[in-house]
Amino acid sequence: MTAPLLEVRDLVVRYPARGRRTPPVLAVDRISFTVDAGETLALVGESGSGKSSTAAAVLMLRKPEGGSVRFGGRELTTVEEPGLRTLRRGFQPVFQDPYGALSPRTTVFDAVAEPLRVQGRWDPATGPARVAELLDLVHLDRSVARRLPHELSGGQCQRVGIARALASEPRLLVLDEPVSALDPSMRAGVVNLFTELQDELGLAQLFICHDLTLVRHVAHRVAVLHRGRIVESGPARQVCDAPTHDYTRELLSSVPDPDRLTVKDGHGWRHASSRCELA
Amino acid sequence: MSTEALLEVRGLRITATRPHEVDLVRDVSFEVAAGEMLAVVGESGAGKSITARAVLGLLPAGMRVSGSVRFDGEELVGASDAVYRKLWGHRMAFVPQDALSVLSPVHTVGDQLALAVRSVRGVGRKAALERAVAALDRVGIPDAARRARAYPHEFSGGMRQRAVIAMATVNDPDLVVADEPTTALDPTVQARILDLLDTLRERAGMAVVLVTHDLAVAAVHADRVLVMYAGRHVESGPVHRVLRNPRAPYTAGLLASLPPRHAESRYLPAMPGAPVTTGSPPAGCAFALRCPAATDHCTRHEPEPAEWQDGHWASCHRLAELPRRTTDLFAGSTA
Ligand SMILES: Nc1ncnc2c1ncn2[C@@H]1O[C@H](COP(=O)(O)OP(=O)(O)OP(=O)(O)O)[C@@H](O)[C@H]1O
Ligand SMILES: Nc1ncnc2c1ncn2[C@@H]1O[C@H](COP(=O)(O)OP(=O)(O)OP(=O)(O)O)[C@@H](O)[C@H]1O
Ligand code: SF4
Ligand SMILES: [Mg+2]
Ligand SMILES: [Mg+2]
Repeated sequence: MTAPLLEVRDLVVRYPARGRRTPPVLAVDRISFTVDAGETLALVGESGSGKSSTAAAVLMLRKPEGGSVRFGGRELTTVEEPGLRTLRRGFQPVFQDPYGALSPRTTVFDAVAEPLRVQGRWDPATGPARVAELLDLVHLDRSVARRLPHELSGGQCQRVGIARALASEPRLLVLDEPVSALDPSMRAGVVNLFTELQDELGLAQLFICHDLTLVRHVAHRVAVLHRGRIVESGPARQVCDAPTHDYTRELLSSVPDPDRLTVKDGHGWRHASSRCELA
Repeated sequence: MSTEALLEVRGLRITATRPHEVDLVRDVSFEVAAGEMLAVVGESGAGKSITARAVLGLLPAGMRVSGSVRFDGEELVGASDAVYRKLWGHRMAFVPQDALSVLSPVHTVGDQLALAVRSVRGVGRKAALERAVAALDRVGIPDAARRARAYPHEFSGGMRQRAVIAMATVNDPDLVVADEPTTALDPTVQARILDLLDTLRERAGMAVVLVTHDLAVAAVHADRVLVMYAGRHVESGPVHRVLRNPRAPYTAGLLASLPPRHAESRYLPAMPGAPVTTGSPPAGCAFALRCPAATDHCTRHEPEPAEWQDGHWASCHRLAELPRRTTDLFAGSTA
């Protein structure tokens, strides 16, 4: 059997105490999971349950206090910065906050070109065309290339972040609520784009997401985090349709009641809720 | 209705003045009464955020507003900063889309909230902090008294978003304009925040303008909805009418592109085509390029809002001719 692309074992993330009045926070408490090439693992759980902390540790943005993170068979927790930089090309993040990921004085063009430049892959002859191609890929009009982040809408910003991540041609995307800021139609477009890239390039995804309908659709497997621990995991449809843990049930039941959106006339009904249907 | 509205916006136009003049929002009207929630929906780039900002007088430099924005009877278009300063935080509060930018990184969350309290109320430090902690508690921050001593970067994304909501509601304003306030929240916490807004509306008569991408949230919590596209009015009215019985093809398309109940494919339905950016509005109906019902007439003439049923307005030339179930227009065409 081939080893998983990403293998996380007994991961611990703890934020240290700050003075006597703020004790340490144990954000992630010995969790383990794997993501195979071409696979999507969704990480769900309520606000503060440790999802972003897990993502930051996988991305080696914050050294975990304990446990191991192996990417493509290599242990990441023992690699220091210059080595990490090259390895990082293989796993790229897209974050929740569309504006935060972009620097206010960098144009869209430069933001998308930056990873290519930093990685020494910038060729002045072909670079601009590559940037244009990446903008096309995320369905951004090429005319936005000259704009600054504050001249973009939230959704436009987020797509710039995705284009940037794709510029590195990663094998794993670490997606921390990448589509929360997008409207449903664009959300579907971007998620389809991820699925397309996955089908074509075998891209793996660690997908943090609150939209459980989406998770049910696109993820192969789901892990449910609660207070820093994985309380339930399994195939996405199984977890969403027949949750076994109380906490997962609670998560699934708190979405808005879609009944008021039921179109009463005619054939069946459509609904507009971000929830997994309980079978 | 218009005489009782707390907020009344008429013929709003927002023009970017640099590098050349472009109308980003044109001829948008709506009103919100005390205790009411208006949801503003539409695809990315529709102009929802700048409309929200225009109401509050918080547009970035280089944008000009015309039309009328009346708050509690007072005209705000052209009003001085002094007029706005009396209202901000006190009578009208804002939860911006980039909510995290509102929090200062160098002060604890509790101190920032307490400062907001003291800027409006003549209360002491201790009382202000107590009120701040209570506000954090009611948005569901666990162990609020201790967490109030944390800095924003020590909060999770959803906790920061809730801190900003706590800040906006801490002084019981008459109007809250919230731009995607629950995007970073899981369903459990989202429900709690929306319930809190509902409670404040019922108990204190707070009015809410909620910009959201989530049609289910709009359907369940809002009284009325305004659908925008390319900076223009598409459809508006009571939420149960507009979302159950959309008359404008655009609204129908939004509903048709929601993830279906049981899907076997990993690909989600999406409305065909990409939204036009307001910078380059086509002649005629802005949606014509993507509209399955478009005719030649549509591409030449811009539709004006017309009343379909009491209070239910739609901007579409073919309003009266379209099939009863407008979502059928998109059957099969979503890919
Ligand atoms: N400072 C600016 N200068 C020029 N154009 C701008 C500026 N800010 C926004 N725009 C443009 O105005 C239009 C409306 O932007 P707005 O942020 O209101 O969209 P939105 O409906 O809130 O979208 P989203 O759902 O993505 O947040 C967009 O096309 C955007 O690019
Ligand atoms: N830099 C930090 N210092 C101290 N505590 C932190 C820090 N970052 C996160 N935490 C705490 O760790 C816990 C987990 O946070 P994390 O950001 O991982 O949650 P999350 O699951 O991503 O939540 P959300 O859905 O709200 O984004 C929270 O209690 C948070 O307050
Ligand atoms: S006016 Fe024409 S193009 Fe515009 S929405 Fe109506 S039918 Fe479609
Ligand atoms: Mg997070
Ligand atoms: Mg916006």
